[in-house]
Amino acid sequence: MTDKFNWKAKREKKAFLALADGAVFHGYAFGEATDTVGEAVFNTGMAGYKQILTDPSYAGQFVVFTTAEVGAYAANLEKSESRDVFLNGIVVNSLDDVSKEIGEESLHDYMLAHKKPGIAGVDTRALTIHLRDHGAQKSYLHVDGTEMSEADAIKKAQEWEGLDGQDYASKVSDPNGYEFSTEGDLNVVALDFGIKTNILRNLAAQNMKVTVLPINATFEQVMAKKPDGVFLSNGPADPNSLPQVAAVVKQLLGKVPLMGICLGNQLLGLALGAKVSKLKFGHHGCNHPVKNLKTGAVEITSQNHNYAIEEASLPTNVEVTHINLNDNTVEGIRHKELPAFSVQYHPESAPGPNDSYYLFGEFRQMILDFKAGKNGAAEVKNG
Amino acid sequence: MPKRTDIKKIMLIGSGPIVIGQGCEFDYSGVQACKVLRREGYEVVLVNSNPATIMTEPEMADRTYIEPLSVDILHEIIRRERPDALLPTLGGQTALNLAMELNERGILDRYQVELIGAKAESIQRAEDRHLFKEAMLKIGLDLPRSGSAHSMSEATAIAHTIGSWPLIIRPGFTLGGTGGGIAHNEEEFETIVNRGLDASLNNEVLIEESLLGWKEFEMEVMRDKKGNAVIVCSIENLDPMGVHTGDSITVAPIQSLDDRAYQAMRDDSLKVMEAIGVETGGSNVQWAIEPKTGRRIIIEMNPRVSRSSALASKATGFPIAKIAALLAVGYTLDELRNDITQTTPSCFEPALDYVVVKVPRFTFEKFPKADSTLGTQMKSVGEAMAIGTNFKQAMQKALRSLETGFGGFGACAKCEKFAAYDDETLAKEVARPSAERIFVLHEALRRKWGVEKLYEITKIDRYFLRHLEELALYEDEILSAGSLENLAKDLPLFRQAKELGYSDIQIGYLFHKTPEEVMAVRKQIGLIPSYYSVDTCAGEFEAITPYYYSCYAENSEPVREIPGHGHKKRIMVLGGGPNRIGQGIEFDYCCCHAAFTLRHEGYEVIMVNSNPETVSTDYDTSDKLYFEPLTLEDVMGIYEREKCAGVIVQFGGQTPLNLAMRLKKAGANVVGTSPEDIDLAEDRDFFKQLVDKVGIKQAESGIAHNVEEALAIVEKIGYPVLVRPSFVLGGRGMVIVYKEKYLRKFVEEAAAIGEGKPILIDRFLEDATELDVDCISDGKHTVVGAIMEHVEPAGIHSGDSASVIPPMTLSKEIQDKVRAYAKEFAKELHVCGLMNMQLAVKDGELYMIEVNPRASRTVPFVSKSIGVPLASYASRCMLGETLEQIGFTEEVHVPYVSVKEAVFPFVKFPGVDITLSPEMKSTGEVMSIDRDRGLAYLKSQLASGNKVPSQGNIFVSLKDEDKQKAVPLIKRLVDMGYQIYATRGTSTMLYNEGIKTRAVFRISRGRPNLLDLIHDKEVQWIVNTTENGAEAMVDEIQMRSKAVVSGIPITTTIAALTSTVEGLMDKHDFGRFEVCSLQEYHRHVKK
Repeated sequence: MTDKFNWKAKREKKAFLALADGAVFHGYAFGEATDTVGEAVFNTGMAGYKQILTDPSYAGQFVVFTTAEVGAYAANLEKSESRDVFLNGIVVNSLDDVSKEIGEESLHDYMLAHKKPGIAGVDTRALTIHLRDHGAQKSYLHVDGTEMSEADAIKKAQEWEGLDGQDYASKVSDPNGYEFSTEGDLNVVALDFGIKTNILRNLAAQNMKVTVLPINATFEQVMAKKPDGVFLSNGPADPNSLPQVAAVVKQLLGKVPLMGICLGNQLLGLALGAKVSKLKFGHHGCNHPVKNLKTGAVEITSQNHNYAIEEASLPTNVEVTHINLNDNTVEGIRHKELPAFSVQYHPESAPGPNDSYYLFGEFRQMILDFKAGKNGAAEVKNG
Repeated sequence: MPKRTDIKKIMLIGSGPIVIGQGCEFDYSGVQACKVLRREGYEVVLVNSNPATIMTEPEMADRTYIEPLSVDILHEIIRRERPDALLPTLGGQTALNLAMELNERGILDRYQVELIGAKAESIQRAEDRHLFKEAMLKIGLDLPRSGSAHSMSEATAIAHTIGSWPLIIRPGFTLGGTGGGIAHNEEEFETIVNRGLDASLNNEVLIEESLLGWKEFEMEVMRDKKGNAVIVCSIENLDPMGVHTGDSITVAPIQSLDDRAYQAMRDDSLKVMEAIGVETGGSNVQWAIEPKTGRRIIIEMNPRVSRSSALASKATGFPIAKIAALLAVGYTLDELRNDITQTTPSCFEPALDYVVVKVPRFTFEKFPKADSTLGTQMKSVGEAMAIGTNFKQAMQKALRSLETGFGGFGACAKCEKFAAYDDETLAKEVARPSAERIFVLHEALRRKWGVEKLYEITKIDRYFLRHLEELALYEDEILSAGSLENLAKDLPLFRQAKELGYSDIQIGYLFHKTPEEVMAVRKQIGLIPSYYSVDTCAGEFEAITPYYYSCYAENSEPVREIPGHGHKKRIMVLGGGPNRIGQGIEFDYCCCHAAFTLRHEGYEVIMVNSNPETVSTDYDTSDKLYFEPLTLEDVMGIYEREKCAGVIVQFGGQTPLNLAMRLKKAGANVVGTSPEDIDLAEDRDFFKQLVDKVGIKQAESGIAHNVEEALAIVEKIGYPVLVRPSFVLGGRGMVIVYKEKYLRKFVEEAAAIGEGKPILIDRFLEDATELDVDCISDGKHTVVGAIMEHVEPAGIHSGDSASVIPPMTLSKEIQDKVRAYAKEFAKELHVCGLMNMQLAVKDGELYMIEVNPRASRTVPFVSKSIGVPLASYASRCMLGETLEQIGFTEEVHVPYVSVKEAVFPFVKFPGVDITLSPEMKSTGEVMSIDRDRGLAYLKSQLASGNKVPSQGNIFVSLKDEDKQKAVPLIKRLVDMGYQIYATRGTSTMLYNEGIKTRAVFRISRGRPNLLDLIHDKEVQWIVNTTENGAEAMVDEIQMRSKAVVSGIPITTTIAALTSTVEGLMDKHDFGRFEVCSLQEYHRHVKK
């Protein structure tokens, strides 16, 4: 009976996460026992682990969960946010089991099924503070049970190319376009750079017929769908590695109403001529206060990004609509003349607060205004 | 939007005495509000009847009224002060109810006082069952099937409509669910509905479908006037629905809900705020979820700061009360900084990277006849909170923080009694929610009953059961080491045990070693705790405020060097742990004073405490706060980490005192009176010698370890005797015995409580006057703070007795003798700091009862009466200042009278005898001040909830020896227009004295009797005194209990009656009560 707790392996802590700057954090392995590299980032959300695991924006990353207990409820309780797990691994403090006798799937089993490694029993607070102070890090996760020196692991972390300048979006974008919803009075194309399903659910809830196209869709391919609006999705890694996508966005600008989230926001920024640069350790959590500068209201938001638009680089015909109250970074922009807006955070939540669903309603209104002959950049009400 | 400038003076109502359901959390919230409102430039008028609070310290507000919390008194204060606004949301249900009454009576309108924080309509909507239901249905929330009734017949009709047992009954407008219950059949239904109708202020009960076994959650919400709203903390109850949330073990953040379910509950909680119309401030929303279907039901919402808010504040570092006060005066959340990070705004939701567990503390041992099964009526008197990096660790820390003899979750001697249960008993006890059920569960898990079986029995979520199961089974893993020496050689195993929260006490128990031995071995191998901070943001931003908890982890945050503190010595102050009867807010008051004073005097103060309700655990009370259990291991870990120069033990009550010697032996420098001298004062032989040396009498006494020794002693000194175990606070296990039969019984009981410590037997001084003296000494000079004379005679615990400053009946000669003795004893005991003496006067002769070289329960009362901060001065003495340097060399004599009265929890324990005895039973106290002694006493009765009517019918039943003494008093009452009812014997006697009464039967003899009178609302006051020593008769217990439940004032001693009559006569002359602020009173003190 006591075998199920696996105390011996847990206390031996033979697995570790080695960071490129030489720091090493120990724990025990779970999930797939395969070593891998990744960029370590932390997420301060307290629930929604499966939504995080299936968020394609984490491709190439190790997510460090700061919350004390992870896996407390069954993996089969929550919906997936995409067709697979794209992140490289996860790091947790206390890994929970579930009640298998009543058919619950544990986090360990879920990771195993998706062939992803994890490390538990880690001093995640120390690791988080380290990442806060030294920035997101290239790292090496050693979980395969073999003997390996920490120095070798650190070296492997250093040697890895990292995420900067890398196009991960193309790796996670579904190469086969598909129709997400077939009902609705508006026809919307969603460009998939690693799109979360809850975005699609929210668009569909606005009575939109949603067609998903892959990242390499050309301007012509998009317009061939005769969209009333185009949605630019979230996605992983470096927006600066996607000039060809930014070029398509630039072509779409003014022709059709645009809404972007996360990577979509950055790409709209790039298309508008702004600069996008990397934050020290990014924003990853469910508790970030974002102020809507139009209304003065504060939304508690779900966030997951390492890059942000530089406010000073925005052209004068673009206004900042939302800012992050923690560090005053740009969280949302809107073109003053053309029908296009985007936000850096995740109004679709999953995980996180649902305070910002109203933005999908604004997208719908913008499309309706555009169809009615207005430019669509006019005043937008809050939902 | 900046703060409002159209209001200047704000009135704040406190929550009054500590009672079950309203603890010291409202002192914490009140203090935060006072501080921040004054910092913002507002004038604050504070009203509270509880002297043991920090909020009523004269520096905390501009005007402080220690007056009864009644509408009439508040009316007087409003008339006098003319505040612009009243902030009613920080003083618990008491303040909220008073504000509503002031509003309904038009007093707020008449004096143009604006309610801020919550509007009357919102309060009404949240509190009135119909309006609440209506509002919730409107926003589409699910509610239990229910109905509300104003009579028994309405209630029965509703029960038929719902059509299934059990049913939950809740009275409207009460504290902590008073009078509610779960009815499983018609008989129970009738009893509980009647009780509920009585307890409800608006004579209403809600009857609803049972949600027994559903999962229970709480959300702490903050909202500003712009509609910005955040969840500060989410809380999950380990005990499912059916146990009052105040009596449940609770966990933060919520563990067993997935994000989707959590966010839906979050959305709805914010909607509730809006629907109720809470414009600004903090509220608490309670939910129940059916575990299988996920059907979620709203239970209730409180439009005010609550017990849960205090817990949420401590659990997250988000100062709810402070922010609520700022929002009430016009700020918005985005305008306010987060104290802890100083860089981010308060408009955010704290992210926790640890687990918090709160466990309630009960005192059923004080009320052996009370039903110890937990239900919808709150019964706990305090709580402990612990923080850990995983649930198991937090749970274990919380359980050892309780200080009930358990070193954690199992693995302790006290759990052995559960091992003796047969399976049947075990199953029954697992199913029954009780104070110790968590340990019963431990036993069941040890027997490998497994998660599923226990889930079926308890409906405690499998998440919790899985963790508890792992802990219960892990004991064998520790034992597999074979011995402590081997464990020390297996660092990974030892470390794992510590990560899972095993204390040195538990590990010691498993290997038959003392905690000290475990600690020594552990330190030898370098296995010491890590410390992490509570930072509201899970490490995302740097924390400025040093608020810590311990854990075992690979790393640790370094000791924080506070800028500018380089040269400062660090002094640790040990708090009192969870509140309990005998050790409550008074000691937290003293600890806070020590912290304030030492900081002011240039020390860096390290506070250690485990009680989330307190001001001492506010992170700005001390320089550094460690939220930790008060055990040797936990305290020494911090002491060594911070390299403290000393530790103060004499302010936190018995908890730190019991640790004093062990701390010293472990290498800590205990400042103030030495642990040896503290121990000496408890040593009977030494004390006897000391008493002889000083030349004061002492009641003859002896020490027994068993019944035979006890009988031998009584043979010598004679009955009646006072029997008690040594080393306890609050007179635990203490009784007066008149007969051998009872002596045998009580000695056995006392031996069980004292855990091997000897039993003390004193001759009992009947009808003696008791005195309490608090004094302060710098090691050379001693100054008396005050001599207090008890209203009730010796034999009633000093904590339960009303007491008066200055003494009422003592001659100057006696008083001077008392002062001389105080000086002698302080000198002999090498007291440095505070000392308390208890004495008795019988036939003009003084007897010493006891001397305690530490802070006593009465320190705040005395300090407020004489206008001298005794605890503060004592702290300075302990660190080397003399009383002369401090400027306190003369006793203060005051030209007014202060009365302290005790407040009891009897209403929560129906059927329990309310007679006062040497065993302390009160949970709290009130103070009143007046120039007139009678009025001061009468005010104290009003403040303590024993509101004597100014007209009406009195029922009188007296013991024989009191009958003559009562005659003149009753004559005066008749003269004032009262009608008297009496039982036959008393009636005949009074008739012979020329007093006409109406005779009724004794309850057991026939009808009509008192029960009928109460039922027909024919009596408004009961005077009932009983024979000493005899076990109270069923009749009387029933009568008194009924009176308490019916809210009829009851006077149980002739002394109290004397004072009350005096007060009534003075009130009759004056016409009304006068009110006056503490600051004004203190101006009259001759120093």
